[in-house]
Amino acid sequence: MAVCIAVIAKENYPLYIRSIPTENELKFHYTVHTSLDVVDEKISAMGKALVDQRELYLGLLYPTEDYKVYGYVTNSKVKFVMVVDSSNTALRDNEIRSMFRKLHNSYTDVMCNPFYNPGDCIHSRAFDNMVTSMMMQVC
Amino acid sequence: MSPTQWDFPVELCCRPMAFVTLTGLDVVYNAVHRAVWDAFCANRRADRVPISFKVLPGDHEYPKCRTKRTSYEWYIPKGILKTGWMNKHLNLVPALVVVFYELDWDEPQWKEKQSECATRVEIVRQSLQGRNTKVAVVLIQKKTPLPPGEDVIASERAAALCNACDLSGKSLFVLPHTDHLVGYIIRLENAFYEHAQTYYYTEIRRVKSHKEFLNKTTHQLLFVRHQFKIAFFSELKQDTQNALKNYRTAYNLVHELRAHETNMLEIKTMAGFINYKICRLCFQHNTPLDAIAQFRKHIDLCKKKIGSAELAFEHAAWMSKQFQAFGDLFDEAIKLGLTAIQTQNPGFYYQQAAYYAQERKQLANVLCNHDSSVSYPNPDPLETQTGMLDFYGQRSWRQGILSFDLSDPEKEKVGILALQLKEKNVPHSELIITLLSNAVAQFKKYKCPRMKSHLMVQMGEEYYYAKDYTKALKLLDYVMCEYRSEGWWNLLTSILTTALKCSYLMAHLKDYITYSLELLGRASTLKEDQKSRIEKNLIKVLMNESPDPEPDCDVSAVKASQKLWTDRVSLAGSNIFTIEVQDFVPFVQCKAKFLAPSFHVDVPVEFDIYLKADCPHPIRFSKLCVGFNNQEYNQYCVVEEAYQKSDILEYSSQGPVCLVPGKTRKFTFKFVAKSEDVGKKIEITSVDLILGTETGRCVILNWRGGGGDAASSQEALQAARSFKRQPKLPDNEVHWDSLTIQANTMIISRVPNISVQLQHEPPALTNEMYCLIVTVQSHEKTVAKDVKLTAGLKPGQDANLTQKTHVTLNGTEICDDSYPALLPDIPVGDLQPGEKLEKAVYIRCGTVGTRMFLVYVSYLISATVEDKEIICKCHRDETVTIETVFPFDVAVKFVSSKFEHLDRVFADIPFLLMTDILSASPWALTVITSQLQLSASMVPVDQLESYVENVVLQTGESASECFCLRCPSVTNVQGGVATGRYVISWKRSSAVESVPVVCTVITLPHVIVESIPLHVNADLPSFGRVRESLPVRYHLQNKTSLVQDVEISVEPSDAFMFSGLKQIRLRILPGTQQEMLYNFYPLMAGYQQLPSLNIILLRIPNFTNQLLRRFIPTHIFVKALSCRCLRDALVPKQ
Repeated sequence: MAVCIAVIAKENYPLYIRSIPTENELKFHYTVHTSLDVVDEKISAMGKALVDQRELYLGLLYPTEDYKVYGYVTNSKVKFVMVVDSSNTALRDNEIRSMFRKLHNSYTDVMCNPFYNPGDCIHSRAFDNMVTSMMMQVC
Repeated sequence: MSPTQWDFPVELCCRPMAFVTLTGLDVVYNAVHRAVWDAFCANRRADRVPISFKVLPGDHEYPKCRTKRTSYEWYIPKGILKTGWMNKHLNLVPALVVVFYELDWDEPQWKEKQSECATRVEIVRQSLQGRNTKVAVVLIQKKTPLPPGEDVIASERAAALCNACDLSGKSLFVLPHTDHLVGYIIRLENAFYEHAQTYYYTEIRRVKSHKEFLNKTTHQLLFVRHQFKIAFFSELKQDTQNALKNYRTAYNLVHELRAHETNMLEIKTMAGFINYKICRLCFQHNTPLDAIAQFRKHIDLCKKKIGSAELAFEHAAWMSKQFQAFGDLFDEAIKLGLTAIQTQNPGFYYQQAAYYAQERKQLANVLCNHDSSVSYPNPDPLETQTGMLDFYGQRSWRQGILSFDLSDPEKEKVGILALQLKEKNVPHSELIITLLSNAVAQFKKYKCPRMKSHLMVQMGEEYYYAKDYTKALKLLDYVMCEYRSEGWWNLLTSILTTALKCSYLMAHLKDYITYSLELLGRASTLKEDQKSRIEKNLIKVLMNESPDPEPDCDVSAVKASQKLWTDRVSLAGSNIFTIEVQDFVPFVQCKAKFLAPSFHVDVPVEFDIYLKADCPHPIRFSKLCVGFNNQEYNQYCVVEEAYQKSDILEYSSQGPVCLVPGKTRKFTFKFVAKSEDVGKKIEITSVDLILGTETGRCVILNWRGGGGDAASSQEALQAARSFKRQPKLPDNEVHWDSLTIQANTMIISRVPNISVQLQHEPPALTNEMYCLIVTVQSHEKTVAKDVKLTAGLKPGQDANLTQKTHVTLNGTEICDDSYPALLPDIPVGDLQPGEKLEKAVYIRCGTVGTRMFLVYVSYLISATVEDKEIICKCHRDETVTIETVFPFDVAVKFVSSKFEHLDRVFADIPFLLMTDILSASPWALTVITSQLQLSASMVPVDQLESYVENVVLQTGESASECFCLRCPSVTNVQGGVATGRYVISWKRSSAVESVPVVCTVITLPHVIVESIPLHVNADLPSFGRVRESLPVRYHLQNKTSLVQDVEISVEPSDAFMFSGLKQIRLRILPGTQQEMLYNFYPLMAGYQQLPSLNIILLRIPNFTNQLLRRFIPTHIFVKALSCRCLRDALVPKQ
């Protein structure tokens, strides 16, 4: 259901980015990259809200004609961006939220791996599989 | 740009205003008329009523009104909306015609004038036959009218005129041509406005009345048309709420029309128009969300209505226009005060418009891909008789045909071909770029830097397609750094690839090399074979050959560029390029590292340059040179190899400057620092790596500072974070990531090989010549020349200390204030190896406190470094902190002759001055002598001689002296009388003979002197004995110049019996004294109170005994009986 899932480092460079269909990969890269404008703005708007009260889910970042882009930011300012086909109206906010939570959990697992160096690109089969499942899943 | 068929007509986009024509005004020749006309139309402010005025001649022909249809039964409409309709009601058919006529009420030829006016009105009415247009008459008058009702003639004639012109009273106006023209005009136009509104109201009613005749089967188009007309008239009436309502209904009706390929364009065109009106009104009503919702609905409804597949580009063009128009509306609303946000701003609509424009271009490329032999059809099927269409959105070759079946398929084909051929000539890229730049401007405003960059990339790519490579490169180059700095290598690679193509096609050498360098680098995500191709091309360019063309380039463009490249090859000169690689990610990485953060001047400075290539093939360089902030060192740090041109690709790692991909090469350099640079920083300011030769093409890769590039700082951070253990490498290799750049080092002086010792006895005592013995011993192997000693107060301390500290080498006399606080560069001569040297420095500290003293020994010595003889300056410094204390505390007090404390003394009465010297020095002090220097107002009672000569005081011991003084006269000085000075001459007991004596002067305190009228002194033995007579003599002295009556009484005491005058009154003459004799007979032993003498001066009542008690002893010690007496006493009396 998601067509593109990306994990962006605190410094805004990509840690992980995968999309289907793969032939238009570059376009999704651009989409994810441009969505960071909104993420940045939302994060700075949150500003000094108490850390434990902060909502990690950023909601719909911006709609394009064909896709909807959702964002999520962890407490360590790692961002998750998910691009969903606009025609997929069945997908509710709650489902997107739970998908992000799943993604976050999986990312946490990656971080817990002692062989993973924070800030490096993610090369994890478990994470890959999780992303694949979220992209394939049919609502 | 001229309007295209997709642009909305002007009459749709303007704000409809009531149309009023003014006749009978000669604005060219008549100044009064001109002024009237100017008042109507010049400088119309926003608060004036919305009317568009036009001056027309009185006999102007208005568009003819068609005869009214009485039945719609047999009427079949040919289209939705006629192209001329909106313009007709905006600019041709007035709501009101105003006839201006110059006529005063007292006009003598009234009758004639009246009938002329009536004729004029009649002419206007004639030409408006059948229309509901109102007519009004304005009389231009020279005189100011009287208030209504007062001018009888006026009201009579007005009624007559109305009658003659067949006007209602409401339609006749008077315009006096006076000073207040604008005020009158405003009132006039408000009246006109009311008339116009009535007109449009009746028009709306008229259109509505048609409705009941319509039926849904044949008149579907009319439903839309009428609804649109009602809405439009409402707008003219300025009733925007109803206009919006009616437009909405019209919009729904449009979508209810039966749609087919043949009328799809017409439906979409009308839908687009109505949507535009709705959105515009929503923005005007300040309900932007409604506008956005309507637009979304519109797009969703129309997105799939592509129409003819052969003309699919038309749909894309239409979509693009919809978005662009909405973007424009949105932007306009923002200019009028609406606030947009980051995620909802006009930029998105422009972006989408650009996207559809791109789609249009692609579709056109596919659909209009006709062979050049296909010629434009003749006769032109797009040509119409009038030059324009009758109805909006219809095909010119089948106007007004409503049937869905194509009656003439051949004609249809020709028409489509004509459209396709026309589309071929549309400047698509230009359209796309305009839209993109609109979007860029918006996103810039709404804080979307990345979106802006993305759009600029698209613009650059579009310029590339449009073959404007210079502009393409400019844009791409601008945004490249944004992607580079954020580390989106995929995107950067894609941009670089386009940029490389541009630079290839322009044969732009430097850019071509720069982009190649980065595409070969580690940030590039290109495949290995691509990199290999680029590297080969780069080497070709370096050898002054033409590179192979980039893939996927336009064939004709490649041909043109190949010619450019051959021109470049033949062109000599300007073949050296310096490329600053610091700001991007080149395929060679460089790190410079000094082996130590500092080097002594007598050892060579060493540093390494590490190089690593990331390209697929090994590469050779001709030269590596390093630049320093002191350029003299540059010559020592060059690696060079002359090589043959053909070697460049040969794989051999033997060459000194050949880089094997992925392997780190280390170049070690060594040089001897100049002795002038001691204490300075040596910094690597640049590393230059020269690629190619000067005979071919030469590229200098220049790193500022010690290497690194756009990506290296992040990499270094990651490497630092990493816990990964590096695999072991052979000894001579290093891990690239573990290397850190160290681009500067300090040159510090040679380590001194002498010892400096200080000998002294702290603390220092104030003002003494404190002796500090400096012992310098050389441990050098050779002679230390030009040894210099600097000693004294360490600079940088309190400025007051500098003035109160003096240093000298001569310890035999006390130095004065002219001596400096620091003795610099005392030449000491040469020091042989092992020689020892002693130097005494004397310091005089004028104040107490802590001081830091510096002893600094410098010398020159020659050393050999790397077979080079250098003179090194060495120095050693020692600092010592010395406390200065007072040698002693001196306490001074005044006491009476009874050793009682005095806070004031009495004139001419002797008192005692006691001094007390308490040693505070930890060392024994010898007081040589002391001297009391009295001031003029004091006289000594006896000889003043020192009692403390040559007294040695240990710590805490004190020496006291006592002097008897007298102050002869009373001088009434505020604050008392100066006593004098007390001078103590002293030295340390341990000091040798030659050490000078220190004189410490203590200024004695002032004392208050008072006069006393009567002085009593008692003359009595130092002790008494029980039962032995004790004679006491009191001397009473009158110190005043008056005769004093004195009353004296003696109070008895238990311990004494006495004889003498118990109570007496006597007189004492001025300056004389009276003697009183008493014989006391002690009764008890011990310290006994004497019978007290009370004296009362009758003339001075406040003279109390209290004062006198100071002088008269009150007690005396009485010894017990002598043995003899005791024995006498003990013998019982028989």
